[in-house]
Amino acid sequence: MTELVNSLLYLDGVTVSFDGFRALNNLSMVVARGEMRAIIGPNGAGKTTMMDVITGKTRPDKGDVLFDGSHDLTKLDEAAIAELGIGRKFQRPTVFDSHTVLDNILLALKGPRGVFASLFARLTGDERDRIDTVLATIRLTDRRHELAGRLSHGQKQWLEIGMLLAQDPALLLVDEPAAGMTDAETAETAALLRRIAETHSVVVVEHDMTFVRDLGVRVTVLHEGSVLAEGSLDQVSADDRVIEVYLGR
Amino acid sequence: MARAMPLGLGRSGIAFLVIVAAAGVLVPFLNLATPVDSPWHVPTTTVVLFGKYLCFALLALSIDLVWGYCGILSLGHGAFFALGGYAMGMHLMREIGSRGVYGNPVLPDFMVFLNWKELPWYWYGFDQFWFAAIMALLVPGALAFVFGAFAFRSRVTGVYLSIITQAMTFALMLAFFRNDMGLGGNNGLTDFKDVLGFDLQQNATRCGLFALSAAALAAGFLVCRAIVSSKLGKVLVAVRDAESRTRFIGYRVEHFKLFVFTVSAMMAGLAGALYVPQVGIINPGEFAPANSIEAVIWVAVGGRGTLVGAALGARGRQRRQELVHRGASRALAVRARRAVHFRHAVPAEGAARPGRYPPRQAPGAAGGDAGPARNGR
Repeated sequence: MTELVNSLLYLDGVTVSFDGFRALNNLSMVVARGEMRAIIGPNGAGKTTMMDVITGKTRPDKGDVLFDGSHDLTKLDEAAIAELGIGRKFQRPTVFDSHTVLDNILLALKGPRGVFASLFARLTGDERDRIDTVLATIRLTDRRHELAGRLSHGQKQWLEIGMLLAQDPALLLVDEPAAGMTDAETAETAALLRRIAETHSVVVVEHDMTFVRDLGVRVTVLHEGSVLAEGSLDQVSADDRVIEVYLGR
Repeated sequence: MARAMPLGLGRSGIAFLVIVAAAGVLVPFLNLATPVDSPWHVPTTTVVLFGKYLCFALLALSIDLVWGYCGILSLGHGAFFALGGYAMGMHLMREIGSRGVYGNPVLPDFMVFLNWKELPWYWYGFDQFWFAAIMALLVPGALAFVFGAFAFRSRVTGVYLSIITQAMTFALMLAFFRNDMGLGGNNGLTDFKDVLGFDLQQNATRCGLFALSAAALAAGFLVCRAIVSSKLGKVLVAVRDAESRTRFIGYRVEHFKLFVFTVSAMMAGLAGALYVPQVGIINPGEFAPANSIEAVIWVAVGGRGTLVGAALGARGRQRRQELVHRGASRALAVRARRAVHFRHAVPAEGAARPGRYPPRQAPGAAGGDAGPARNGR
């Protein structure tokens, strides 16, 4: 139980099946406060399903999902979970293409989310400052008035990370942030995530081994919906079973 | 970026408002204040026709608000329009009073004709104009709210939502066709005499309705503009472009959809309420699915997500359709004449008629007979 108290995210015996296929099979994992965790695993290992369960998109058939020791995430919807402080970045960069970079950040900015609050919302000076800080962090200050749809792939990924920062969640779930990036962009993204991890808990799902090595954090290997191994990248790379299912190919 | 436009209207928005306001003042003025033979005179038929266009433009605007900015393709907006129209129609029926054919001071003619003894409860209050005016907004709004609450909570989106909105208007059409509904059945509500004491046949009344429609269109445009340029409008566009992303940054998408769908339905209801006194009739045909689809076409033609374009699209399409109709009726007349000629030219046609109501005959023979008869039509 001490694990539960100290944990930010606590998954225990989580099972999800789709038409008899077990996407998650008795998955248990704990992410501590302030920790950055990388999750790797072959296609179909259940990485994205795990994110879906944590963010309320998918309800698990069995198991507990607790946030901050007390909030049962299996009972809440996406908006409520986002409000609790869990932000999510998708595998494919999804930003609001027909909004400007500025508006994308503005929409994500922490604040009231109600219908009428939005109808009468006015941008305050404080909010403007927070937007500027985020824009500087993701290096898109110069392109703030451009439509998000016109950004390059890598910049969209950053914008999405920027939206997460604006949301200021306690836990960030980041799905394949380096997908489709050049090597230089990948290295920069790793640096950006490391900087974010100083003040937030982060869970990163990634295929790219160099990227995971750049992050230099504890790694969880998923396979067929459950945890196969956990430890530093060097430890798990040496694990025979991991080599067999994933690295050895 | 920071272009200083009042209310963030943009150049086209201001131009649109100026044109609508100018039309709302000038058209009635030129109809009433100029002699009929003056080149400046606007005939009453034109006033009525364009008054109709203004109502259609408001309907188009309401559709653009939900479709263009929130991605909700409603193929049932004609239902909200018709409900607003019925609310106004019910008031106009009550205002006829004892001047009806049967002279009953309380019951509308169709009720007397159907041997109804007393006014159904849902007709209460419609003798008051203010009550009817509120109902014209409230009934479509309430329907949209309830319908939307179920649909959006269940996350019905895309074509599925379009199909159920279509089913909704179709179901309402069937319901309103029934005499038991107490709303005039097939014939609907008509024979209106006056509104608020003004004779509906008078030019001045028609001009007044025209000006009111123009004012309603301008007000509807300003409301839409205010909505889409607020942060809420940004959320709507976000929902349109990436619904699940919007959810994951913490917005309750269904609440936003419900808000905008309800506002839009009320605008459509207002359009219907202004339409009915100008055309003088409301019947279940207004619920026909084709009407709703056509309104969506106006928006598509005029430009989805532009507001101004949608309103102009309504006018353009209508005009074209009027021309097409005129052309079509000419073509029909030619065809009819030809058909008559053909029947006369082929005396055997009468003999071939039994093919339509086949008597007990060999199937082969009946089929052979039906052939030329069908061609003749």
